[in-house]
Amino acid sequence: MSLHVLLRHRFPSIRMDVEFEVRTPGVTALFGPSGSGKSTIINAAAGLLRPDECRIVIDGQVLGDTASGIWLPPERRRLGLVFQESRLFPHMSVATNLRFGLRRAGKGPIRFEEIVELLGIGALLARRPHTLSGGERQRVAIGRALLAQPHLLLMDEPLASLDAARKAEIMPYLTRLKTALALPILYVTHAFDEVAQLADSIVLLDSGRLVACGPLSDIAARGDLPLAQRDDAGALLLCRVVEHDAPRELTRLEGGGATLWVPLLDRTLGTDVRVRIPAREVILAGKAPEAISLHNVVPGEVRRIAGDPARRSVLVEIVLAEAALISRVTPDAIVRLGLAPGRPVLALIKSTSIEVIGT
Amino acid sequence: MAWVLARCRFPGRPVVNALVHLPLVLPPVVTGWLLLIIFGIRGPIGALLNDWFGVRLVFTTAGASLAVGVMTFPVMVRAVRLSLEATDRGLDEAARTLGAGRLDRLITITLPLASPGILVGGIVAYATCLGEFGAVITFAASIPGQTQTLPLAIYAALQVPGGETKAAELSMVSMTLALIGLLLSEWLGKRLNTMLGR
Repeated sequence: MSLHVLLRHRFPSIRMDVEFEVRTPGVTALFGPSGSGKSTIINAAAGLLRPDECRIVIDGQVLGDTASGIWLPPERRRLGLVFQESRLFPHMSVATNLRFGLRRAGKGPIRFEEIVELLGIGALLARRPHTLSGGERQRVAIGRALLAQPHLLLMDEPLASLDAARKAEIMPYLTRLKTALALPILYVTHAFDEVAQLADSIVLLDSGRLVACGPLSDIAARGDLPLAQRDDAGALLLCRVVEHDAPRELTRLEGGGATLWVPLLDRTLGTDVRVRIPAREVILAGKAPEAISLHNVVPGEVRRIAGDPARRSVLVEIVLAEAALISRVTPDAIVRLGLAPGRPVLALIKSTSIEVIGT
Repeated sequence: MAWVLARCRFPGRPVVNALVHLPLVLPPVVTGWLLLIIFGIRGPIGALLNDWFGVRLVFTTAGASLAVGVMTFPVMVRAVRLSLEATDRGLDEAARTLGAGRLDRLITITLPLASPGILVGGIVAYATCLGEFGAVITFAASIPGQTQTLPLAIYAALQVPGGETKAAELSMVSMTLALIGLLLSEWLGKRLNTMLGR
C-alpha cells in the first residue's frame, strides 16, 4: 500500500515540481523551510487547491488526476485535515464539533468513545471551543478529523501555534494515535523534533522541489542532505529493549545491527523505542580503546564522507548491518585515521549522549 | 440574494448588485413611481396579477408592504452580505473536508455564524419600514388604517389645524419604537456573539 503524489504548479513567485511515493500506513513528514511547498501538497491532497498538473493516489484510490480529468471535491475525498489554527466551529459544543464529520461519513471503523479516550477529551465534551486551551483545542480538532473516518489524515503544522509546554502535552497523544490506528498520516512541520518523534518516512522539500524522500532512518543518516547541515543532525535507530541491568543501572537496546547500552530505562522488555544519536557525539576510532568510560563501540564501514565547509568539519556515514550512523568530525581526523569509503571503522558513542525518544 | 452576492462570481454580478441597491440611492418618490408603473393595474406585472388572481396592489395594504419591502431590501441585503463576508472562510473549508456539501455548509456553518449580522440587519430594516414615506405615498397613497405609515400619519396630522398634539403623540410612538428596535438589536447582537464565543 502506498501514497503517490505528483504535483506541478506555477505560483507567481515559485514553481512547484514534486513527485514522491511513500509506504502506508505510517507517518510521512513533509519537511522543509517556509515556502518550500509543504502546505501546497496538503491543500492539493485535500482538494482545496487544484494545481496545474496533479495526481494523487492513496492505496489505489485516485483522489485527483488532472491528466484524466478526475478531481474529487474535498467533501467527497474522505480525508481528515488538521489545520494549524484548530478551526473548531465556535457555535457548537466540543461534542457536536466531534460528531460533525462522523454524522456525514456514515459507517467507519473509528468509534466516538475510542477517540475521546485516546485523546483524553472526555471532560471537555460539553464545553465551547473558546473556553479551551490551545492544546485542548488542537486535540479536539484532531479527534474531529479522525471521526470523519478518513482514508488519510493530513496535518498542516498542527503544533506550530503551541508553546513548548503545550506541544509536549500533545505529543504523547499523537504517538498513541499513530500506533492505535493504522492510518496513513501526512504531517507538515518545520520542527525536526516532531519529525524525530513521529515520522516513519520523510519527504524533504526546498523551494518547490523534492530534495530526498525515504524511510526516516535512512534519510537522517545521509551526510549529503540539508538535514546533516543542521546543529541537531543525527542518525535515528529503531531499537528494542532487550535487557535491564539493574545493578549497573543500564539498559541494553538492539536495533539495526547495533547493540547500545543506555542509562536504565523505565520500559518493559520487548518494547520498541526510537533512539537518536547526534552526529557531533559520535567519535570514530581505528581500534577499540582501553580503560575508557565508554560502553558503546559499534563496528561499521564508512559509506560516504561529505564536507560541511561552513563548520570546517566533515560528515561520515557509517553503515551497520541494517542501519546507518552519522558522525561529525574534523577533516584532520579523516586524514589521521586514513578513512575512506569502504574502510572499516569503529563508532564510539557515550551512553549518556544517546537520546531515547520512544515510539 | 446576499449569499449570492457575497460568495458567487458570475457575469452580470455588478448589474444585479446595482439593481438591488438602487432603492437605497434613488429618491423614494421615484421608486414609488417605478412601482406604480410596473405593478399598477395597467403595468406589466400589475395587469397580470389583476387578470389572473384579481390581486390589486396599488393603494392597498399589500401595496404598502411591497413598497416598504422594496425600500428596505437593500438595507437587509447589505447587512446580511457584510456578515456573510465576515464569516471565516477557514471554517467553511474545515466543514468541507469533513464531508459537508454546499447547502449543508450554508445551513450548519455560514448562517449560524452570520446570524448576529442578519438579526441586526432585520431590526434596522424593520425600523426603516416604520419610517417609510415617499415610496408608500406614491404607490399606495395614505389611506388611514390601510396604507398610512407613521410618518404619513404625522404629516397628515400636521396638515390639519390643531393636529399638533396628535402629531406629537405619534412622534413619541415613532421614537419609542425606533429606540426599542435599536436597544433590542444591541442586546441580541451581544447575546449571539457571546454564544459564538466572540
